[in-house]
Amino acid sequence: MSNPYIVLPVIFQLFVAVVLMFSWNRKNLQKLISVIGSLIALLISLLLLLKVNQDGIQAMQAGGWVAPFGITFVADTFSALLVLLTAIAGLAVSVFSVGSIRNARIKFGYFPILHLLIMGLSGAFLTGDIFNLYVWFEIIIISSFVLLTIGGEKAQIEGAIKYVTMNLLASVIFLTAIAILYGLTGSLNMADLSIQVAAVENRGLVNVTAILFLIGFGIKSAVFPLYFWLPASYHTPPPAISAIFGGLLTKVGVYALLRVFTLIFIPDEFLTWVISIMAMLTILTGGLGALIQNNMRKVFSYLIICHIGFMLAGLGIYSAIAIAGAVFYLVHDIMVKTNLFMVSGLIFKFKGTYSMRLLGGFYKEQPLLSLLMAIPLFSLVGIPPLSGFWGKLLLIKGAIASSNILMIAFIILGSFLTLFIIAKLWAAVFWKDGAELPRKKHIKYFEELKPLKKKAMIGSIAFLSVISLGIGFGAEWIMRLSMTIAENLMDPTPYIQAVLGI
Amino acid sequence: MEILLVIIIGLLYAAGIYMMLRRSLVKLIIGLILLGNGANLLIFLLGKIVKGEPPIIADTEKMLGEIYADPVPQALILTAIVISFGLQAFAIILIKRAYKVVKTDDLDEMNATDEDL
Repeated sequence: MSNPYIVLPVIFQLFVAVVLMFSWNRKNLQKLISVIGSLIALLISLLLLLKVNQDGIQAMQAGGWVAPFGITFVADTFSALLVLLTAIAGLAVSVFSVGSIRNARIKFGYFPILHLLIMGLSGAFLTGDIFNLYVWFEIIIISSFVLLTIGGEKAQIEGAIKYVTMNLLASVIFLTAIAILYGLTGSLNMADLSIQVAAVENRGLVNVTAILFLIGFGIKSAVFPLYFWLPASYHTPPPAISAIFGGLLTKVGVYALLRVFTLIFIPDEFLTWVISIMAMLTILTGGLGALIQNNMRKVFSYLIICHIGFMLAGLGIYSAIAIAGAVFYLVHDIMVKTNLFMVSGLIFKFKGTYSMRLLGGFYKEQPLLSLLMAIPLFSLVGIPPLSGFWGKLLLIKGAIASSNILMIAFIILGSFLTLFIIAKLWAAVFWKDGAELPRKKHIKYFEELKPLKKKAMIGSIAFLSVISLGIGFGAEWIMRLSMTIAENLMDPTPYIQAVLGI
Repeated sequence: MEILLVIIIGLLYAAGIYMMLRRSLVKLIIGLILLGNGANLLIFLLGKIVKGEPPIIADTEKMLGEIYADPVPQALILTAIVISFGLQAFAIILIKRAYKVVKTDDLDEMNATDEDL
């Protein structure tokens, strides 16, 4: 019954963070430990996924307390896959940080906090206890607060105020929902809640609790109309930090939505209708927002919102194939969004600006690098056979099967908007003739960097691009995995059996 | 007792949301603190309040008696208090930094993140 290796990805990140804290002032040693630690973490997560894929859902009872009384950790295919993706993104960002994070930030403990953030993310994916999920969320947000403000530039601080306020509000709403849920059922174990909530007679209160969860997770995953903090803050920190935020922080909210609304609350017609409307408007507002932005990182921030809409659409349609589409899109999106923020960081290192109006002529100067950057950009658009295409295909299939015409229209509109935005960005940054930009003194340009740093930045982008290509060309394997996950989500009996042992 | 707690919780939530909607940063933090306290009291209330029945299993028994004070909500509240204490400490330092850097505590004047490049 007890499988302690489930928490190994979490414990190991904590271990790395502690080791990093002991080498506080030695920045080169920190970089080395961080990269090696991320590599080992990647290996551990891969082994966990293989184990889960082979032997089915694994559960661990912390302290040997029998479920539902103790805290449970569960690794099903969904959790294990997301932990693996977190480890991949973590490795890429760690390597990218070696090249791009300034020494002043490393001195204030950048690397330990980065690993604590990844620990929080892995913990949130693996926990099977709703209050424990709240605690992991708090670990994630406190680490992200520090990463967001480290360095203390004016824009960073202002962005952080909006980010901190909305995230604290989301936490309070989440806590309120947990309190009501505990009052209703007297349980916190998610598998046990799945049984208990179905038996509660006061359906009105159950629906209110479900809406509170929807709002709490909705703020965290930046869905319409709760997303305003995201474009106000994600473009302010250094690109490596934007990358880990853009890739993973909103996605943990999506994970929580997918988990809670398939396991604990089975959405009725009203709730799927609310989620569908939210998904459509998220796609629309995110896309339109990205359309008018001129700052490259703000464009990507709005595109995060737009594509969160696709994942929410899968939940709104609520059929196995649509949820598989949402999961596939989640996998693709984590890799691509992390990569895109790193791409914008690399362009900044060359040119010294994020403004699409000022940038230009990148293709003429760096043709090979531009082709490398084209991979994540075109993957995002979803030109077949690249990775973005397959998730949308499954989503549209699911929408057709449940004859949800409006949803199909919005998914296609969202794809079209993405295509238009990326085409505009490509023309503005890569093709357009660029004027000579004034050199800024406080920026260390790419040519002035040491060769190792140059290789670290390009290498991490190439690494994630290869993974994106892998997802696109090996789509059959990922699709089979997504289908397994979707079936497990739609029918949680194996999950409940693995946790409660009945 | 329950009715009193219900009213207090409602007041704390309402006051918290009201304070968060004000423009001053300090009021924003006070609002967050009030909301957090409201949520903690809510957990306390929903754990069913009983008097003088500690959750201790007697030597002669194998399980708890019929009525007992549920210890779980107390553990939850303790965790939530510690977490919110840390977060609030961070938020207070943050607004102090913001006041120093931006030289205003009016949220409406914090527009640097919306500026076009």
